[in-house]
Amino acid sequence: MKKFFAQTYLWLLLALLYAPIIIIGIFSFTEAKVLGNWTGFSTKLYTSLFSGGVRHSLLDAIENTFTIALIAAAVSTILGSIAAIGIHNMRGRKRQAITFLNNIPMLNPDIITGISLFLLFVSLGVTQGYATVVLAHIAFCTPYVVLSVMPRLQQMNPNIYEAALDLGATPFQALRKVIIPEIRPGMISGFILAFTLSIDDFAVTIFTIGNQGLETLSTFIYADARKGGLTPELRPLSTIIFVTVLLLLIIINVRARRAARKQENI
Amino acid sequence: MVTNNDTIIKIEHLSKAFGDKVVLDDINLDIRRGEFITLLGPSGCGKTTLLRMIAGFLKPDSGVIMMEGNDISEVPPHRRPLNTVFQRYALFPHLNVYDNIAFGLKLNKVPAAEIESRVRKSLKMVSMTDYEDRDVNSLSGGQQQRVAIARAIVNRPKVLLLDEPLAALDLKMRKDMQMELKQMHQELGITFIYVTHDQEEALTLSDTVVVMSDGKIQQIGTPIDIYNEPTNSFVADFIGESNILNGTMVCDREVEFIGHKFECVDEGFGNNTPVDVVVRPEDIYIIANAENAKFTGTVKSCIFKGVHYEMFVETDNGYELMLQDYNAFEVGSTVGMFIKPSDIHVMAKERTCNTFEGKMLSATTVEIMGGEFHCADCGLAEGESVYASINFDRVELLDNKEDGTVMGEIEFILYKGNHYHLTVLTDSGEKVYVDTNDIWDKGDIVGISVDISDLHISKRV
Repeated sequence: MKKFFAQTYLWLLLALLYAPIIIIGIFSFTEAKVLGNWTGFSTKLYTSLFSGGVRHSLLDAIENTFTIALIAAAVSTILGSIAAIGIHNMRGRKRQAITFLNNIPMLNPDIITGISLFLLFVSLGVTQGYATVVLAHIAFCTPYVVLSVMPRLQQMNPNIYEAALDLGATPFQALRKVIIPEIRPGMISGFILAFTLSIDDFAVTIFTIGNQGLETLSTFIYADARKGGLTPELRPLSTIIFVTVLLLLIIINVRARRAARKQENI
Repeated sequence: MVTNNDTIIKIEHLSKAFGDKVVLDDINLDIRRGEFITLLGPSGCGKTTLLRMIAGFLKPDSGVIMMEGNDISEVPPHRRPLNTVFQRYALFPHLNVYDNIAFGLKLNKVPAAEIESRVRKSLKMVSMTDYEDRDVNSLSGGQQQRVAIARAIVNRPKVLLLDEPLAALDLKMRKDMQMELKQMHQELGITFIYVTHDQEEALTLSDTVVVMSDGKIQQIGTPIDIYNEPTNSFVADFIGESNILNGTMVCDREVEFIGHKFECVDEGFGNNTPVDVVVRPEDIYIIANAENAKFTGTVKSCIFKGVHYEMFVETDNGYELMLQDYNAFEVGSTVGMFIKPSDIHVMAKERTCNTFEGKMLSATTVEIMGGEFHCADCGLAEGESVYASINFDRVELLDNKEDGTVMGEIEFILYKGNHYHLTVLTDSGEKVYVDTNDIWDKGDIVGISVDISDLHISKRV
């Protein structure tokens, strides 16, 4: 009996969590303009989303979102990995302090990060647009990369860097041939994390995107919703993004589990 | 075996401190080309620090390391013609056995065909042929260490550094590897610098042993010298089993200890000089017939140790000696013993009492070891610099550390047959030597106090 309630509770919770997204998924396969009306199965919304017949601005927003995410994730992966190696080589108090400073931006509400970046760009007189969004995304993604690379460095045998130097590698060669291969799994997880965070972001983006007509997906949907009524094509789009993120998460988890299993075998 | 006397590495006045802690204190050492030299000492003695400096991972605070006549102190590790075998192997986990070994050769742009033949040759040398494609994580500890050795020797270094390479292996494997290392050293003909805390390993492998303690070299010599002629009680205690006893040199070739006078071979200490006497347990001959013996005793314990029996005997004058003999003697039985003159090793005492530099705080108080001690009025004024001396057996150690005038930690314990000789490190960083019958453990924190009548003050000029 106890088990029955526990099971019911679990499934109820999962249903509540996933109901909205499942509903959008289901209604993405019908043509009705209003969400909730089922007018028969159709994939027309999917085709019109990609044929671009409906709105060019939506496709532009999607493209912007993904290119910004790619650039931000790539740059923050590089910056974050270098920072992690630096922090790892610090000792005692200094290391604690820097780790603490790295954690603050992650706990800081996005809206605060957004406003402060907005004020920074304004006070520096920078015209806001594509570049400022990318910079802002790099800024809030980098700490997450640091966080996902650090455990790899801690697991590493501290002597292997010295072993590489001992065998004739310059410090840079040792970094490239020994340290990076060792922390690569952490870097990949960090990249994926940064990528999804960037795609997902609204609060920071809206404050740094400027008024030059640039849109990302989140700002486009926000504007669209305020104009009254969501464009029906957002339904298939949401579904596609959800599935993409789901796949990425599965990849991260499978990788983590594989790494853990490999660790056990050693 | 050493074939010549030319020096490959010369270390001069090398010192290093981490913060306040001095880990190497004015090290001077010559390493000859082709020799197997071992840095031996307890953990924290500075041996690994010295090795890491030779490898280039640490920079000395002062002093130089010369290799073949060139100062290499400032040369980064990747440009030094030597290779290291690390304690925890430090293989590259993302590379297989072949690529691990070929790592150094590839960096040096050695042609592929030569890399192949050299890797195979060094794998053969460590008996790991056919393991090229294996993942290093799937290898056992012993196999990983073999790969680590192959990875180092494949580069044909002039000097091979080994940092406790066998410490993580089990006893049987360690013995096998010792023999293989020794053989490898002969085949390669290069200089091996080996770090270990295992004295047996050091004696087995080395041409030269360097015994270290407290960041200083205590003795340099062949294994036989180190064993038979230790220079001080630390070396005597650290290398093998030994009975270390207080004695007095009566005159040349005659020494008194455990309440008896013995003929010995040592000269030049001066008459009636206090000395330390070392007698190895296997050098005390034991017979059942007590009448013809030099001295007698009662067997207190007898334990079978494989080849021999190890016995503790209480002598007629109340000293406890450790003996080893092929025959067992019954516990409680009276036995006779004698020692050959050449088996008695006499060492000059490093000190006969504690001496501290201090300052008078008033006519009857003196500041020494970072604390205020009361002393008898000796007519010296406040602020005068003085020496204070205290006999070993007059220092009082207290369980409750707050009860003492100053605090200290027991650093080293030496059994002297009928009492313990302790080295206590005070909070002020000074060493106090204490003779006591009480049993303390290494690392105990104790209070130190001295009775007013036991503190002898003299003016420092």
